[in-house]
Amino acid sequence: MSRGGAAPKPGKPGVRGGRAAGVGRKTTAWGGRILQEGTPGSPVLRLFVRWVRRPLLPAVRLWRRNIQLRVVASTLLMSLGVVLLLGFVVIGQVRNGLLVTKEKASESQSAGGFAVAKDKASAPAAPGGQDDGSSDGRAGSSVTWRSELVTQLASGGQGAFYVVALSADSEDSGSSNRGPRASGGVDPVASVPQSLRDNVDQGTGAYKTYASIKYLDGQEPKPGLVIGTKLKDVDGQAYQLYYLFPLAQEEKTLSLVKGTLATAGLFLVVLLGAIAWLVVRQVVTPVRMAAQIAERLSAAKLQERMKVTGEDDIARLGEAFNKMAQNLQIKIQQLEELSRMQRRFVSDVSHELRTPLTTVRMAADVIHEARVDFDPVTARSAELLAGQLDRFESLLADLLEISRFDAGAAALEAEPIDLRDVVRRVIEGAEPLAERKGTRIRVVGDDQPVVAEADARRVERVLRNLVVNAVEHGEGRDVVVRMGVAGGAVAVAVRDYGVGLKPGEATRVFNRFWRADPARARTTGGTGLGLSIAVEDARLHGGWLQAWGEPGGGSQFRLTLPRTADEPLRGSPIPLEPEDSRAARERARQGAAAEQGNGLRLASVPVQPAATRSSLPVPPRPPVPPRTSGPAADPTALPGGGGARVVPRVSDARVEGESVPSQAADTAAAPAAADQEESARGR
Amino acid sequence: MKGRVLVVDDDTALAEMLGIVLRGEGFEPSFVADGDKALAAFREAKPDLVLLDLMLPGRDGIEVCRLIRAESGVPIVMLTAKSDTVDVVVGLESGADDYIVKPFKPKELVARIRARLRRSEEPAPEQLAIGDLVIDVAGHSVKRDGQSIALTPLEFDLLVALARKPWQVFTREVLLEQVWGYRHAADTRLVNVHVQRLRSKVEKDPERPEIVVTVRGVGYKAGPS
Repeated sequence: MSRGGAAPKPGKPGVRGGRAAGVGRKTTAWGGRILQEGTPGSPVLRLFVRWVRRPLLPAVRLWRRNIQLRVVASTLLMSLGVVLLLGFVVIGQVRNGLLVTKEKASESQSAGGFAVAKDKASAPAAPGGQDDGSSDGRAGSSVTWRSELVTQLASGGQGAFYVVALSADSEDSGSSNRGPRASGGVDPVASVPQSLRDNVDQGTGAYKTYASIKYLDGQEPKPGLVIGTKLKDVDGQAYQLYYLFPLAQEEKTLSLVKGTLATAGLFLVVLLGAIAWLVVRQVVTPVRMAAQIAERLSAAKLQERMKVTGEDDIARLGEAFNKMAQNLQIKIQQLEELSRMQRRFVSDVSHELRTPLTTVRMAADVIHEARVDFDPVTARSAELLAGQLDRFESLLADLLEISRFDAGAAALEAEPIDLRDVVRRVIEGAEPLAERKGTRIRVVGDDQPVVAEADARRVERVLRNLVVNAVEHGEGRDVVVRMGVAGGAVAVAVRDYGVGLKPGEATRVFNRFWRADPARARTTGGTGLGLSIAVEDARLHGGWLQAWGEPGGGSQFRLTLPRTADEPLRGSPIPLEPEDSRAARERARQGAAAEQGNGLRLASVPVQPAATRSSLPVPPRPPVPPRTSGPAADPTALPGGGGARVVPRVSDARVEGESVPSQAADTAAAPAAADQEESARGR
Repeated sequence: MKGRVLVVDDDTALAEMLGIVLRGEGFEPSFVADGDKALAAFREAKPDLVLLDLMLPGRDGIEVCRLIRAESGVPIVMLTAKSDTVDVVVGLESGADDYIVKPFKPKELVARIRARLRRSEEPAPEQLAIGDLVIDVAGHSVKRDGQSIALTPLEFDLLVALARKPWQVFTREVLLEQVWGYRHAADTRLVNVHVQRLRSKVEKDPERPEIVVTVRGVGYKAGPS
């Protein structure tokens, strides 16, 4: 109750105002500093603020996280405020009551005293006193008269009041005969305020004021009520007579009231805080329990339940919570059961299909080996049988792989591998096919290790798929395999300069059994699942597999993997859209702008230093690729394993002019577009 | 190359086809279709190699594999329709030397069988030391302090391969090529499982290997002699 010190002392109304004003000033000063802290001030100030704030941070965090603490603290603060307010009001009323009573009593007392003094002055033939005083002469009699008067008046007081007599003119107070008189050891001059003396001097009635009574013997000054008036003594000279009523009794009473109130208030505040703590605990405990159990539920401990007692709101919360957990558990168990059945089914189908297939396979191989002895028709049949069995096998293998992904049964066996080794192996494997196609496979960016935590088998499968696709659809032009490391990611991009992709196909190539032209004869060796599996493989790593392409401009497939298995991917070291395509399109744009002023196509593509990668082997190709007119037989329908992507030629040259702007917009968005990445990953 | 091969498979068509292929390659196949009878057939036929289907009526392939391995170090090649981690690893841990996933090509199968049988053709008298072990390559024996340790042929080959070049760290791929005869990268789990099996036999404390030491991120090497 330190603020209790601010309670005004009785009899000092002026002091109260001054104290209040002082407090007010302090508050504004504080507010000013806080404001300054909030505003961006000088660096020194900010440093200071940071230095002040740092040790406070744990407390702030606790404050934010702990609702119980907040409620208890605010309850304490508010009840403290209420108690203080109440205290002030009660104390003020008690003091007023006490003072009013005191004033009335004092006034009647002093009025009686003044009347006695007046009577004595007008009846000088008082018994006894006159004989002693006449020998001293007029002045002397006046002096003793005053002393006697003071003594006589004060004799009834018994310390409850003091009487002071002062000369009307304060200048000659120094002379001993007209000096001030006082009873009870009171300092007569210092105890009566000058303002009161002036009032009394000029007026005729009784005046009163509160003042502090000072003593000559060094006692503590006491607050008191001073009532005075102007009278004439026996000699007809004016003097001032004052009654001084000390307020010691009232002050004692008041301080007792204050002490009682303070104690009661303190108890009240503490008890209120404790009550708030208890009440909040009743509510918070179940909530905390619910939070804890929810956490455990989300940690797959599905059998966790809340304890429910009673029928109140908390109990309803618990019941609803438990019901939710129950339903979740049932659903999850159902899904797990389904998944388990699915996996088992896949496993069974796998076994049941594979055993006869093995027999067929072996039989076909035996027949195939012996085909030289057959007639041409049977020999050719044996060849077809063996070839299609290969295709059937790879289709079955891909289907099983996909269903493993669907069942969530695919497991990642990640260890640190250097992707350069993987790329080397893949290119070695693709070399025979590339030779047949007349394609050169070039590797860029293999001058530094490209190490990532990955499943070598899966990464190799993805890259083999991409490289074989690129060679198959690259129309004999170079295929560039680029590797990059940056930040927490590694990437391998496979670029070809073949027929490329039409708008929208960049995401659709990853669809299962996707074919650019459904009407086209299915003579390619691909299963139509290669890129779907590749996407799943990439996703299993927490990586991305994305495609970019433009009609006639070739395509680029980029695999981005996080360097460590549990690290989320933020970006890729290699842009999805290759630089050489931009250069080509810029050239095309300039040509087109000269022709038709169509500047729209590159509007949103960030301009890049086009010449930086000019060392790349870009096969000579006109900006607008040559078009064969009419829907010719698709030359991209090439046999080969694992080809998921079949890219058609843009069949009609007339469509080209219309399709390019929209395609440009599509690919312009591609490098940065998270939505495309999301859609590619989300499948 | 002569070789008796016991085919344990319940699918009669596949077994017959396997017989045709094996005979065509000059092997002498014998057949058993039931897991319960497999051990008796094995004792009777005394094959140089066992082709074992994992899914069998009666006793399953894993169990048969364990029983055969308990009494013989004869090479066992599993036929499995499941290449999933668990099946293969369980099969390898129960003692199979190699596995082949259905559907396979006849040439592939024959190559695997030959690779498993090939080692009997190289009797060069040679004494090797690895850790505190003494290896007699020609005598096909491993001894510690004169005490003989029984190893299967494959485990023996693995140990010899490591002991011949104690300065070299072998990647799993290199071991697959040298010991199993794979020319292309294959399942490195083969190596992991067999190194574990080998360690359980030759190490004093398999938890802290001293003979076959793991080189993190690379592969394995022979421990210091």
